[in-house]
Amino acid sequence: MSLLDIKDVKKQFGGLQAVSEVSFAVEKGMIKAVIGPNGAGKTTLFNLISGNLPLTSGAIFFEDKPIHGLQPYQIAQRGISRTFQNIKLFPGMTAVENVMIGRHTRSRAGFLAGMFHLPAARREEREIREKSLALLELLEISQFADVEATSLAFGQQRAVEFARALASEPTILLLDEPAAGLNIYETAEIARLITKIRDQGITVLLVEHDMSLVMDISDEIVVLSFGQKIAEDVPGAIQQNQEVIQIYLGTADA
Amino acid sequence: MTSQLFLQYLFAGITYGIIYAIVAIGFNIIYNTTGIINFAQGEFVMLGGMIAISLHAILPLPLAIGLAVISTMLIGALIEILFIRWLRSPSVLRMIIITIGLSILIREAALHIWGENVRSLPYFNGNEISSIQLLGANISPQVLWVIGICSIMVMLLSLFFKFTSLGQEMRACAANRLAATLCGISTKNMVTFSFMLSAGIGALAGCVVSPITYTQYDSGTALAIKGFTVAVLGGLGNSLAAVLAGILLGVIESFSISVVPLAFQDAISIGILLIILFVRPHGLFGSREAAGLKEF
Amino acid sequence: MKARKFFPILLLLLVLIVVQQLTRLTGTAYYLTQMTMTAYYALLVIGLCLVMGYAGQISLGHAGFFAIGGYTSAVLTTFDLTPLLDKGNSAIGFLTTNGLLAERQSLYGESLLSVNPWLACVAALLLTIIIAFCIGIPVLKLKGHYLAMATLGFGIIIYRVALATEIFGGADGISAVPGFPLLPGIVVSGDFSNRVQNYYIACCLLLLGFLLLQNLIDSRVGRALRAIHGSEEAANAMGVNTARYKLYTFVVSAVFAALAGIFLTHYNGGIGPSEAGIMKSVRYVAIVAIGGMANLWGALTMAAVLNFLSLRGMFGSYDDAVFGVILIIIMLFAPQGLLRRQVWQFFKKSGSDN
Ligand SMILES: Nc1ncnc2c1ncn2[C@@H]1O[C@H](COP(=O)(O)OP(=O)(O)OP(=O)(O)O)[C@@H](O)[C@H]1O
Ligand SMILES: [Mg+2]
Repeated sequence: MSLLDIKDVKKQFGGLQAVSEVSFAVEKGMIKAVIGPNGAGKTTLFNLISGNLPLTSGAIFFEDKPIHGLQPYQIAQRGISRTFQNIKLFPGMTAVENVMIGRHTRSRAGFLAGMFHLPAARREEREIREKSLALLELLEISQFADVEATSLAFGQQRAVEFARALASEPTILLLDEPAAGLNIYETAEIARLITKIRDQGITVLLVEHDMSLVMDISDEIVVLSFGQKIAEDVPGAIQQNQEVIQIYLGTADA
Repeated sequence: MTSQLFLQYLFAGITYGIIYAIVAIGFNIIYNTTGIINFAQGEFVMLGGMIAISLHAILPLPLAIGLAVISTMLIGALIEILFIRWLRSPSVLRMIIITIGLSILIREAALHIWGENVRSLPYFNGNEISSIQLLGANISPQVLWVIGICSIMVMLLSLFFKFTSLGQEMRACAANRLAATLCGISTKNMVTFSFMLSAGIGALAGCVVSPITYTQYDSGTALAIKGFTVAVLGGLGNSLAAVLAGILLGVIESFSISVVPLAFQDAISIGILLIILFVRPHGLFGSREAAGLKEF
Repeated sequence: MKARKFFPILLLLLVLIVVQQLTRLTGTAYYLTQMTMTAYYALLVIGLCLVMGYAGQISLGHAGFFAIGGYTSAVLTTFDLTPLLDKGNSAIGFLTTNGLLAERQSLYGESLLSVNPWLACVAALLLTIIIAFCIGIPVLKLKGHYLAMATLGFGIIIYRVALATEIFGGADGISAVPGFPLLPGIVVSGDFSNRVQNYYIACCLLLLGFLLLQNLIDSRVGRALRAIHGSEEAANAMGVNTARYKLYTFVVSAVFAALAGIFLTHYNGGIGPSEAGIMKSVRYVAIVAIGGMANLWGALTMAAVLNFLSLRGMFGSYDDAVFGVILIIIMLFAPQGLLRRQVWQFFKKSGSDN
């Protein structure tokens, strides 16, 4: 079976079908992209997978176990990690503290351990900090480790959020428009990074508007339009798909 | 339980219940225009009673009550102008703390002005032993005054919200504050007005009920809790349902006297409040989405 | 790292010692009584600070937990079990043989048998934890006004129960509560001869509580709490069980309140229903707000200053009014609190540089 299996997933907001009966699967170790015009339901789909929104109907399986109906924290604990389209860093916390929150699911010190400052908790805390700093290093923003995260420049905030999502050592990483607002150099950098983490064995599900990025790095692409799945194929075939071309010409995606 | 006793309990319940309903409507009016729960709502009822009692020493009763209502309305307006108006999108926590602070201040001021003594207005007709036979039960005429005046108040309010342009604007504001502002409705003055209105109805209720329940500097707190219970029971913002919920709570309380000791009277309504908050926070009658002054 | 954290606390300890010496030199040792009481109230306030400032939840019922702790301990340590023992109750017999009961003399020289203060303390804390869980699970699902009203309602119910139940002494409360022997020679009690000792007991308990909370805030849990405060949705998405964290925080702070109640009851030799009143709860919220919400040092300082002034009767008959005014002014003009974080961080930084 596939790593992530999305089956007839539907989401209705009042009268609006944001996602209608979408099904697809993500295989382990691949980069899969979800594309589609604005309002196609891509972010909604991510919110359904991560448990931030309840499904109207359908089912989602992760490692062959159903995850729909679970709380977001439970889904995160199972190894699904995400970034947000409109960055959601924690205000009042430094960049490295934000990343350290990402290691929450990989650490265990509780109330008593924290209160009494037990040796095990201290050791764990040191490890959390080291791993988080290493991630900031990887994303080349370690010089901002002790700066309040929400005061950083946009691109740097994206990087912090990326690091925070990676910190949980996820099985699958959901990235919602990781290149939005980045210049071409930063975008190329992100592309290199995504392939690198895929090579480390992390599966990636990606929403992105930057077509060259998507076509470059994805192994498979799903196309959504008005909540419906229009196509699902390898990048080369998607580029040839008449219906997809229609949609993108129709929305005058200049 | 004889049917006569039953009726007596029932009327007592309705009397208290309709007062709770008035407090709840006061909560709703302010909530609908501002999104704030005014924790000082019960203090308006206390103020109305206290001011009327003091004025009655020199003025005839109707005049004393009229002036008391007007002064409480002015106090309501003053509170809004001094403490609420100029805050820019304050957090809920901040507003809770401010209105709690206000209720403490009003209560403490009342304590220093009127002392700890229990006071009351005289009965509007007769005295505490005069009674009217109604359906075989002995009812104090004051009970009829309370029920009568409060019912008229509810009806007038309902007409006001339906037929006057100010009332309609307030309903629009309740339905969608932002949209109302965009349509050129001046929400600022409306908020002041909503404070005056809920202070006024609270004060009038405080006057009519004073001969029965007496008035004390700290009688507002319990009323506020019960009024809030009723407001939540009916669905926050829904004033017609609040009347039903108020009578329901009043009757439950009044019949529970035979089973629950008097000291735990407050605990009953708080218990109901907690249960309703946990089980149906959108109220007995409301649907989850429906909010706002639908029928007023 | 470690030194930086302990330095201010050691400094505080030093200040407390100096204060005690000053009262001795100036012959104002009677101040120590109020200072001791202040320290216990401050213990409650820093616990509430954790809930309000760090978990972002309001509680208008914390005096209730104080009362649960105090009353439970008071009832158990004063209730005379001799008649039950005479009747041959096996449970009482078991307690006696295991040294869990304590013998005392009544005012008239009769010998009384009641629960050992240690056992009473454990029982009071367990009861508090159970009640905090039972209340916390449903209540913490609520937000904003509903949360405020629900906790207020909880507080009023506790007040009513204290006021209307015979075993709790009604309006008079419970008096003649015996001292609490912590160690041989160290007793929590209002005995005149124990005044200095009790000042230090209270201060040590407060500092210990403060240290524990500070550790907690600096730990993985504290980080998660701050994250919840910043964005509950994002914290949840990062794998933080937000509901559980809020609940545990609530329980921890209830335990702090109950501990304060237990110790103060033994110190005062009694407890009355006013300790459970809503004005008390509101006062604690006010102090946390003035201290700057998410600021343990601020809460501690403000709790010390305001409670002490209030206990000294500085505000006269305007006691409650003063807290009302403070609340309004702070919330209108300085919702971040008087003692903002930055000020303290400045002090902390300059402290650690030395
Ligand atoms: N919480 C919500 N309530 C109501 N409607 C919503 C909600 N979230 C999204 N929608 C609607 O659902 C549709 C899909 O939105 P979604 O954000 O999933 O699109 P998207 O594909 O991510 O678009 P974009 O490329 O602009 O990010 C839109 O019409 C949007 O207005
Ligand atoms: Mg989107």
